[in-house]
Amino acid sequence: MITVRGLHKRFGKLSVLEGIDLEIDSPGIITILGPNGSGKTTLIKCLLGMAIPDKGSLIFNGKDILGEWDYRNEISYMPQIARFPPNLKVIELFNMIKNLRRGGGDDGALIAAFKLEPVLDKKLSTLSGGTAQKVNIVLTFMFDSPVIILDEPTTGLDPVALLRFKKLIWEEKNKGKTILITTHIMSFVEEISDRIVFLLDGNIYFEGTVADIKTQTGENDLESAIATILQ
Amino acid sequence: MIRILKYSFFDLMRGRWSYIYAAFYFILGYALLFLNNDVSKAVITLLNVIISLTPLIGVIFGVMYYYNSRDFTELLLAQPIKRTDIFLGQYLGLSLSLSLSLAAGLGIPFIVYGLFQSPAIFDFLSLLFTGALLTFIFVALGYNIALSFEDKIRGFGLAILTWLFLTIIYDGLFLISMMIFRDYPLDKFALGAAMFNPIDLSRILILLKLDISALLGYTGAVFEKFFGTNLGMTCALGLLSLWVILPVMRIIYKSGRKDF
Repeated sequence: MITVRGLHKRFGKLSVLEGIDLEIDSPGIITILGPNGSGKTTLIKCLLGMAIPDKGSLIFNGKDILGEWDYRNEISYMPQIARFPPNLKVIELFNMIKNLRRGGGDDGALIAAFKLEPVLDKKLSTLSGGTAQKVNIVLTFMFDSPVIILDEPTTGLDPVALLRFKKLIWEEKNKGKTILITTHIMSFVEEISDRIVFLLDGNIYFEGTVADIKTQTGENDLESAIATILQ
Repeated sequence: MIRILKYSFFDLMRGRWSYIYAAFYFILGYALLFLNNDVSKAVITLLNVIISLTPLIGVIFGVMYYYNSRDFTELLLAQPIKRTDIFLGQYLGLSLSLSLSLAAGLGIPFIVYGLFQSPAIFDFLSLLFTGALLTFIFVALGYNIALSFEDKIRGFGLAILTWLFLTIIYDGLFLISMMIFRDYPLDKFALGAAMFNPIDLSRILILLKLDISALLGYTGAVFEKFFGTNLGMTCALGLLSLWVILPVMRIIYKSGRKDF
């Protein structure tokens, strides 16, 4: 489904990705881990065509994505920080994105699930951080895309919303989707991931399951295992 | 692209800045008509205001809109839309909304005053047209500046400097060089100098249209002598279009290679 070969990306003098090779061909939840500045977001942005790689290729469903845009119909992306055009109302934003993407988009159930009805007519600039994140979730999950990319999705969510969000991820996973997640919350990673990709200094340092990383480092919990790698 | 244009346009039309901008022209139009008591005289006074104000507002709003809508742009970039469509849509949306503020703000007082009965209606329309053209040029320049500089302060600084250069410094340099080289034939030089400044070009375009030789100035006079009135106007219009097309092409080029 997604093949990354020899991906290099620099921002000025700073080399962020130094030859990433990654093959994602089966559905399931893949978490991308790594310390701050290890290139997680850059990798995702390269996948989405938002950052343009210096070297290497990105193949999505057999086609090179460089300069393409149509393939993004197959990807739902939830950015790290939810900031929207301030003059728009919530409902207008939903309608606008539905209008821009092919294939309807079902927001009704999601709006109800995250209890967003009261804010639908409010302007986006007046929303609190957590509510904005819920809007972000609805925007991401209302399309039935085979690939979902979530960049730090749990930021700012209250426990109820978080629970609902996890359930949503499970549902999507059971539909046979490929879900890429970056996060720093290790309990969340342990709970959901089928596979871990650990980035360090622009390279893939470790790839495998949660059990693999624990046996490899000889630690009992994921948090200490990651800490061992980083030391 | 049309969809992005529509969203940008309506987003801007709901913001208060378009109303403030329109209101300014509204008050200006009324004041000028009240003081001059004559449509054609008011048009000439307006010329000088429009020719320096639309570039300033255009370049500042171009820079500001790009920086302010960065998050929105990122949201759009993750959607299945061509990059060119996003940036051109936003550019056209902003330029159109500023042009509409200009047209509505000035149009209402002039229509109320009896523009349709006045012979100056075509002069007034060509003034609005030139104002809109300058808006398109300077919003494109502002967008170019913002695309090239991540740092807002630098972007704004350069935007102001661009405006200052083209409205004041350019003419100053031009006059100084005329003084220094006055012993030489300067017609061709003056002609070339006018072509590289969209503000000079617009002034010449309107004054040729209004047929007021006294206000043409040296470059305008050379322009008229060299091309004649009609060819001169066509030429000025063509060059002004080039001033829109080239920056827009750079927006397409630059935005296609940028990381977000």
